[in-house]
Amino acid sequence: MKQLGTIYGINGPIVYLKGKTQFQMSEMVYVGKMRLIGEIISLNNEMTTIQVYEETSGMKPGEPVYGTGQQMSVTLGPGILNNIFDGIERPLKTIEDQVGQYITKSVQVESLDTERKWPVRVTVELGQEVTGGMIIAEVQETKTIVHKSMIPPNIDGKVIEVVEDGDYTVVEPIVKVKQLDDTIVEIPLAQKWPIRVPRPVRRRHESSVPLITGQRVVDTLFPITKGGTAAIPGGFGTGKTMMQHQVAKYSDADIIVYIGCGERGNEMTEVLEDFSELEDPKSGNSLMERTVLIANTSNMPVAAREASIYTGVTLAEYYRDMGYDVAIMADSTSRWAEALRELSGRLEEMPAEEGFPAYLASRLATFYERAGLMQNLNESEGSVSIIGAVSPQGGDFSEPVTQNTKRFVRCFWGLDRQLANERHYPAVSWLNSYSLYVDDLSVWFRDNVSPDFINNRRQILEILHQESSLMDIVKLIGSDVLPDDQKLTIEIARVIRLGFLQQDAFHQEDTNVSLEKQAKMMEVILHLYRQCREMISMGMPMSLLLENQIFNRVVTIKYDVPNDRLDLLDQYLVDIDQFYNHIMETNA
Amino acid sequence: MSIEYLGLDSINGPLVVLEGVQDVAFDEIVEFSVQRTKKKLGRVIEVYEDKAIIQVFESTADMSLKNTHTRLTGRPMEIPLSPEILGRTFDGIGRPIDQLGDVSYVMKRDVNGDPLNPVSREYPRNFIQTGISAIDGLTTLIRGQKLPFFSGDGLPHNELAAQIVRQANLGEGSSEKFGVVFAAMGVQHDVADFFRRTFEESGVLDRVTMFLNVASDPVIERIMTPRVALTAAEYLAYDLGMHILVIMTDMTAYCEALREISASKQEIPSRKGYPGYLYSDLAMLYERAGIVAGKPGSVTQIPILTMPNDDITHPIPDLTGYITEGQVVFDRDLQGKSIYPPIDILPSLSRLMKGGIGEKYTRADHQAVANQLFASYSRVKEARSLASVIGEDELAPTDKKYLAYGRKFEDQFLGQAKDENRSIIETLDFAWELLRMLPREELDRIDTQLLDQYYGLEKVL
Ligand SMILES: Nc1ncnc2c1ncn2[C@@H]1O[C@H](COP(=O)(O)OP(=O)(O)OP(=O)(O)O)[C@@H](O)[C@H]1O
Ligand SMILES: [Mg+2]
Repeated sequence: MKQLGTIYGINGPIVYLKGKTQFQMSEMVYVGKMRLIGEIISLNNEMTTIQVYEETSGMKPGEPVYGTGQQMSVTLGPGILNNIFDGIERPLKTIEDQVGQYITKSVQVESLDTERKWPVRVTVELGQEVTGGMIIAEVQETKTIVHKSMIPPNIDGKVIEVVEDGDYTVVEPIVKVKQLDDTIVEIPLAQKWPIRVPRPVRRRHESSVPLITGQRVVDTLFPITKGGTAAIPGGFGTGKTMMQHQVAKYSDADIIVYIGCGERGNEMTEVLEDFSELEDPKSGNSLMERTVLIANTSNMPVAAREASIYTGVTLAEYYRDMGYDVAIMADSTSRWAEALRELSGRLEEMPAEEGFPAYLASRLATFYERAGLMQNLNESEGSVSIIGAVSPQGGDFSEPVTQNTKRFVRCFWGLDRQLANERHYPAVSWLNSYSLYVDDLSVWFRDNVSPDFINNRRQILEILHQESSLMDIVKLIGSDVLPDDQKLTIEIARVIRLGFLQQDAFHQEDTNVSLEKQAKMMEVILHLYRQCREMISMGMPMSLLLENQIFNRVVTIKYDVPNDRLDLLDQYLVDIDQFYNHIMETNA
Repeated sequence: MSIEYLGLDSINGPLVVLEGVQDVAFDEIVEFSVQRTKKKLGRVIEVYEDKAIIQVFESTADMSLKNTHTRLTGRPMEIPLSPEILGRTFDGIGRPIDQLGDVSYVMKRDVNGDPLNPVSREYPRNFIQTGISAIDGLTTLIRGQKLPFFSGDGLPHNELAAQIVRQANLGEGSSEKFGVVFAAMGVQHDVADFFRRTFEESGVLDRVTMFLNVASDPVIERIMTPRVALTAAEYLAYDLGMHILVIMTDMTAYCEALREISASKQEIPSRKGYPGYLYSDLAMLYERAGIVAGKPGSVTQIPILTMPNDDITHPIPDLTGYITEGQVVFDRDLQGKSIYPPIDILPSLSRLMKGGIGEKYTRADHQAVANQLFASYSRVKEARSLASVIGEDELAPTDKKYLAYGRKFEDQFLGQAKDENRSIIETLDFAWELLRMLPREELDRIDTQLLDQYYGLEKVL
C-alpha cells in the first residue's frame, strides 16, 4: 500500500484531493489515518474525488490516502453462503466479534475466513489445458450447495502444479497455471472480481422455464422466468418486503442473494432468524444454507449502500458461473437510486428529474442487464433472476425510479395501496401488473402443468377485468339492478379475489402452493363459473344460486385442502355438478 | 492547548466560514464566544484544507466578522450521562434548564451514535398493552418498535401519547424498570407543560428525562434534539437495563429545520425543498429503536408528526412510513364525529404485530379478528359511499347491516374515554360482539374453526 495523495477537503462521504494524482479510476483506496475504505470516482487535473464507504467524522485535511492498485472488488469463494455481509462484503458477524454490537469506523476484516480449512476435491490434472471459467475444485460449502472453484475468466494456460485432495484454506493455491506468455499464476479456491464489471459468459439464452415462487398471483397470473427481471413497486407498507421474503423462501432457485439496501435492521434480523429455522422445500436443510444476505441498512453509510447492489449481483453471477439458478432480491432499488442522488448532489452534478442524476436510467439498465439465463464460459448453464423492490415517493408510480425501472424489467408486480388497506395480500394489482414472459412460458406450462393452463389463466384475468368495469356501475347504482349474468361475473370475481389471489403468508398451508394446486384451484373456480353461467342462461336467478354454500366453500379451498391432498379437489368438481343437477331438477 | 481564532470570514444564515484554521476535523464541535460574553456551539460540516464551514446552533444574529472567537474542541457532539438524568429536564442540546445544576456524569457519549450491527439485533416480539382497542387490537405496539403517529394540527395526538404513557405496561411486572424519554422539537410551551403534567399525575416524573426545544428556541438546535434524546435513551436502556419509551414531537418541525439548513447551504433539493438525504437522516434516528441482543433493556419509539395539509404523501410522513415499522394515522372526519382516539385504521399498520400476537402473547384468534375488522371496515366505507349516491333505504340488506356495524365500530370500538383502559381480552371479545352483527358468510378472513369457536359463542352462553 502506497501513499498516493493527501486529503484536501471533506464533505460527508466525499473526500477531495488536490491536483493530479496517480490513482486509477474506480481504484479502491484507504482514506485517512483511520484507513477507511473508499473508491476513486472521478479524476482530473485539478481534483481527485473519492467516495468513502464509512463515516468520515473526525477526519482532517492533510491526512494521507493510500492506493491499492485494484478496482473495488469482492472476494469470491466458499464461505459466502449462510453468511451476512455489509454493502462492501465485510462479514457482519466478524465485525461484531471484533468491535462489538455497533459498527464503528475503520474495522479491518477479511471478506472470507482465511483460516478455515475446506475439504477440497480437485477436478483438474497435471498438464491439463485450462481456460477461464473451468472448474478446478469442488467443496461442500453448505449442506445444500457444492461450491465449484473456477479458473478466473481472464486466465488461459496449462496446469503445471496441482495439490492432492485434502483440506485447504481459501488462500492456499490449488493449481499453478503457466500462461501462454510464460507467466505463472497460482490459483486458490477464492478469487477477486470488480463489482462494477459483469462476469463474462459465452452467450445469453432465451429462457422458457419459470422461476416458481409458490405465490399464486405471480406463478399463475404474472410469471417470471429463471433469468428474468421483475419490479415490485409499492408505497410504504404495501407488502414489497413480505413478497420478497416469500419468493426468497419458496422459489425453486438454487441460491438466493438477498440485498437489504437502505432498509430496516429488524428485517434483516428477521430473515436471519426465519431462514435459519425454515426448511428449504427443495433440500430439506435450513434455508440459510442456500442464502447469502447483504445488509446495508438505512442507517449504515450511504456510499456502501450504493455499492451493495453491485456486490450482490457479482456474488450472484459467480454462483451462476457454477451452473446454478440464482435469484436476487433487491430491497429497495429506490434507496440505491437515492444514494446515487445523494452522492451526486454532494458532487454538485447537474440534476435531471427530481434531483436524480442524469445517469440514473443507464445505471438501472446496466444493473438489470446482469440478469439472464447464460451459457457460462465452462459451458454449464446458469441463471440470475433479479427481483427489485421500488419505493416510489408518495406512492406515485410516475416518479423517475419507477418509470425508469419499468423500461428495463419484463415483469411488473404493482402493489396497490387500496388493496393493502383492505388487507388483501399480496396486494398485487391485477389491473396494472403484467408479465411479458407469458408467451415464452406457454409451452412449458402446457407440457408441465396442464394443457388448459394458459387458457384458464386468460379467462381468470378476463373475469377480473370485467368485474372492474362492472364495479364502476355498481358504485353508482348498487348491484341489485344488474342482470344475472353480470351478477355472476361479480360473484365469481369475488371467489377469485378471496379464494385465489389472496394468499396468507402466515398460514401454514397457504403460504406456499405448488403449481399443480394452483392449476387445479383455477379449474374448480372456472368449472363453477361455467356451470352457473349455463344455469343462468336457462333462466335461473343468481339469488337462487347464491343460496348454496358452494361459493364460500370454493373460497376456502386454500385453507381446507392441504397441499398434500390435492385429490380432495376432485370432490369439489363433483359437488359443483351435484349443485347444478340439484338446482336444475328442483327448479326446471 | 487549543488555539482560539479571532474573527470569521463569512456569515450566511446559520453557516459561518472560518479560514486559516489548523487541524480541523470533519464533524467536530466548535465553541464560539461572541463579544467575549455569549457562548455558542457549532459543528463543522465541510472542510477544505484550512477552511471550515461551520453550522452554528442558535442564531447567528449577533455575530459579526470581528466580534467572534472560535475554539475547536476536537470532539464530536457529546452529552454527559449518568443515572442522574432521570427526572431531569434539558434544553434541545442537552444543557440542564431545571435549575438543578449540572449532571455529574459517569460517561460522555457521541450523540450521533454508530449504526447497530444487524446481526446484533434481537427481533422484537413483546406485546405492550396500551389499553386502547384501536392500537392493541389492530396496530399492536411491540416493545422495541418504532411506531409513529401521523397526525394533523389540532388532532389529539398528544392526548393519545399521554394516555399510552399512563396505561402501557412497559415494564411487564415490577421487576423490570421502565422509563420515558421525551423530546420536544419546535412545539409550543403548553405542549411541553401538558406532558410534564401527565408525567406528574401518573407518578412517573422521576423516571422521565425531558429534552425541550420549544418553538421559540433556536431552529438549528432542533437538529440535535432527537440525537441527544436517543443517546440518553440508549444509555438508560442498554447501560441501565431499562425499557424506554421515547416520545418525539413534532418530527415535522425537525424536518423543517433540516430543510432550512439545507437551503442555506444551497443544496439541490429533492421534493418540496427537502434535502435528498432526508430519508437517510430520518433513518439515523428511527433505526435507533430496537433491542440489542443480550442486553436487558429496549428502546421503543413513538415519533409524532403533523402532516402538512393532512397529506400522507407529503415527504415527511412518506419517508417516515418507509422507515418505521408501521404507523397510526389520525383522521379529521372521525375527530369531527367526536370519536376519540380518531384513528383511521385502514391506512394504519403495525408491522411487528404478526410476531407479537397470537396464542403465545395475546390470543389465538387475534390476527384473524384484526384482518376481519380491517376488511369489514373497508366494506363499511363502500356501503357508505353507495348510500350517499342511492340513499340508505335503497341499500341491499347486507349493506344496511354494514352501516349499522360501522357506526357501532366507530363509536364504541375505536371510541373510548381518555381514561379507559381495556385489556386485550376485552378488546377481542368486544370485536366478536361487533362481528356478530354481520352474517357469518361475510366473515371471509376468519377460518372455519375459529368461527365455530367464537362466532356462535353468544348463543352457547
Ligand atoms: N402476503 C402477506 N400476507 C400477510 N400479510 C402481509 C402480506 N404482505 C404484507 N403483509 C402485511 O403488510 C405489512 C407490510 O408489508 P411489508 O413490510 O412487506 O411492506 P413494504 O412494502 O416492504 O413497506 P416498506 O416500503 O415501508 O418497506 C407486513 O408487516 C404484513 O403485516
Ligand atoms: Mg419493505
